[in-house]
Amino acid sequence: MAAITMRNVVKQYGDGFPAVNDINLDIADGEFVILVGPSGCGKSTLLRMIVGLEDITSGDLFIGDTRVNEKAPRDRNLAMVFQNYALYPHLTVFENIAFPLRLQKLDDAEIERRVHGAAELLELVEHLGRKPANLSGGQRQRVAMGRAIVRQAQAFLFDEPLSNLDAKLRGQMRTEIARLQKRLGITTVYVTHDQVEAMTLGDRVAVLRKGILQQVASPRELYREPVNLFVAGFIGSPPMNFIPAVVSAGELNTPFGAMRLPDSRSPELDGKDIVLLGARPESFDDAAIVSDAVRDHGVTFEANIDVIEWLGNEQYAYVPYEAPDDIRDQLADLERELDSEALRTQLVVGLDTASQIAENSTASLWLDLRQVHVFDPVSGFNMTARDVNVDESAGATAV
Amino acid sequence: MDERTTLRQKALWWIAGAAVLIYALFPVAWIVSLSFKSAADLGNRQFLPADAVLDNYEMILVGDAQTLFLSALRNSIGIAVIATFLAVLLSTFCAYAIARLEFPGKKVILTTALAVAIFPVISIVTPLFNLWRHIGLYDTWPGVIIPYLSLTLPISIWTLSAFFRQIPWELEQAAQVDGATTWQAFRRVIVPLATPGVFTTAIISFFIAWNDFVYGISLTSTEAARPVPAALAFFTGASQFEDPAGAIAAAAVIVTIPVVVLVLLFQRRIVSGLTQGAVKG
Ligand SMILES: Nc1ncnc2c1ncn2[C@@H]1O[C@H](COP(=O)(O)OP(=O)(O)OP(=O)(O)O)[C@@H](O)[C@H]1O
Ligand SMILES: [Mg+2]
Repeated sequence: MAAITMRNVVKQYGDGFPAVNDINLDIADGEFVILVGPSGCGKSTLLRMIVGLEDITSGDLFIGDTRVNEKAPRDRNLAMVFQNYALYPHLTVFENIAFPLRLQKLDDAEIERRVHGAAELLELVEHLGRKPANLSGGQRQRVAMGRAIVRQAQAFLFDEPLSNLDAKLRGQMRTEIARLQKRLGITTVYVTHDQVEAMTLGDRVAVLRKGILQQVASPRELYREPVNLFVAGFIGSPPMNFIPAVVSAGELNTPFGAMRLPDSRSPELDGKDIVLLGARPESFDDAAIVSDAVRDHGVTFEANIDVIEWLGNEQYAYVPYEAPDDIRDQLADLERELDSEALRTQLVVGLDTASQIAENSTASLWLDLRQVHVFDPVSGFNMTARDVNVDESAGATAV
Repeated sequence: MDERTTLRQKALWWIAGAAVLIYALFPVAWIVSLSFKSAADLGNRQFLPADAVLDNYEMILVGDAQTLFLSALRNSIGIAVIATFLAVLLSTFCAYAIARLEFPGKKVILTTALAVAIFPVISIVTPLFNLWRHIGLYDTWPGVIIPYLSLTLPISIWTLSAFFRQIPWELEQAAQVDGATTWQAFRRVIVPLATPGVFTTAIISFFIAWNDFVYGISLTSTEAARPVPAALAFFTGASQFEDPAGAIAAAAVIVTIPVVVLVLLFQRRIVSGLTQGAVKG
């Protein structure tokens, strides 16, 4: 077991493309860190550099106290589950799991004992004699896990291990991985696309965009205090709403009327003409059922409800609106980058399930201004995030 | 409904399979039957010999044609094995490079290999004949092996590089992460996956070398290097006026045996789909 430390790590592929750019990241011993980001942002590349399959163009990588940049994968003693499992097709499940142990030249009884231990944990005992080709996707995934956990590695590296499983199995395996990691207490880096995995599994989440680390924080902090537009839009489902607002005399003029932010949420707006207000769906509610105690903390406005989605434990209302062209283009760019494809500027509003608002109607909505973020549309920075600068250095996580 | 279609499909498959089998095996059965006919029996216009005799086998193995046949058999086996071994060795290196490495001229190698394969044998055999006589390769084993390589190498390179491209090479990296050295990763993971392809290629090139006639007859003149297919043409009957068909048939049966044995022996090695299940999707 060991900590993993990255100092100004850069990866340039042969064509000069910087897939990973100047990453600084401290992963403590025993910590579970999640790596998220859109497709192609360099997650796999980063993981492969840690494990030693990809040369590090510049910067330093430490495992424990040792600099390992030049070490071969086998000298780093890390266990990895590949994005595509990478099982050995000519070997049985038993031999697949035993492979790293055979290379360590352990005696047969010890190998037998350890493989059976892993197989029991992963419920693979009855499949030990079979070949990978005859297994289901979930079983293969567990074999890959088994191969990683039989050895006493310094750290686990997972590259989207659950991405090919169906929703139910994915849920099962997710809890299994969390339990396993807690039990073994091994440093873990886990790459995922999945919001739920990102928010539930890790101690900390690192958000990557085009090879650049955006923010590293606990899931809670990431959700509540995203440092920029990208993180705000990436974390959370449905995503945060971004509403353009014109700054005038201390007020913000939005398509839904003028809003005056509370002191706690008022950044320095001097010299800014336009800002983007960020509000999560659950910051809204049906004005009719907001309790009087909190009503004053927010603003009430009229809106045309287009569609209502009722999901049982929650419901969402969609509110289309007009925005200036340049802002709309910027929002469209952001959404494209986030892999989402909203075709129009619209609000997604979370409503209490008790709300009686109907589709295609005009309703009175309430927005909790205490939970609103203000973003600079040019730089994308969150101007309301609690001291962005302090955040940057805290936990040695540069932006 | 579903079951009926599958049943009908099955029946159709069986019929089609049987038809192909009969079509392919009938000449073989005929030759086998011919090899057991006595000289008088050859023209009896019947499929089965009137009286099965071993005369023909006797003749080529211990009788008049013995020297001709046994030396030809020895030449055939030696030449085919060496040509196959060389072709597999060279094409394994070549295909590995083509599948794994990026280098200029990769396309050129593949197209050249194909061009060589397309080039008609008959058009190079005459110049080769002259050249071999000048440099002393005429009627020697190397003199036959070298042109055989021109037949076996292109097809070996093509099949092997197609095969190597399908090997999930990431497994090599997985093995390294699991603690293997580069050599261990290659030997424990890549070699087992590549072996079936190498065996398939070996069998194909052995057949090509084993069956060749044109080079065999044109580039040899004595028992020093003449392979079986060429030697068959020199068989004569017991007298000049007797039909050597029986002896030829017996020789044909005998030269088929190594081929059958080879296939049966290596059949289990050519496990198709061995690379399945390595990666998801
Ligand atoms: N061998 C390579 N040569 C050149 N560029 C590469 C190579 N491998 C990856 N890249 C580039 O590096 C970038 C990051 O790739 P990477 O595989 O790390 O993405 P990822 O975040 O893992 O994406 P995904 O979520 O789709 O797996 C991509 O833009 C990709 O095009
Ligand atoms: Mg990836």
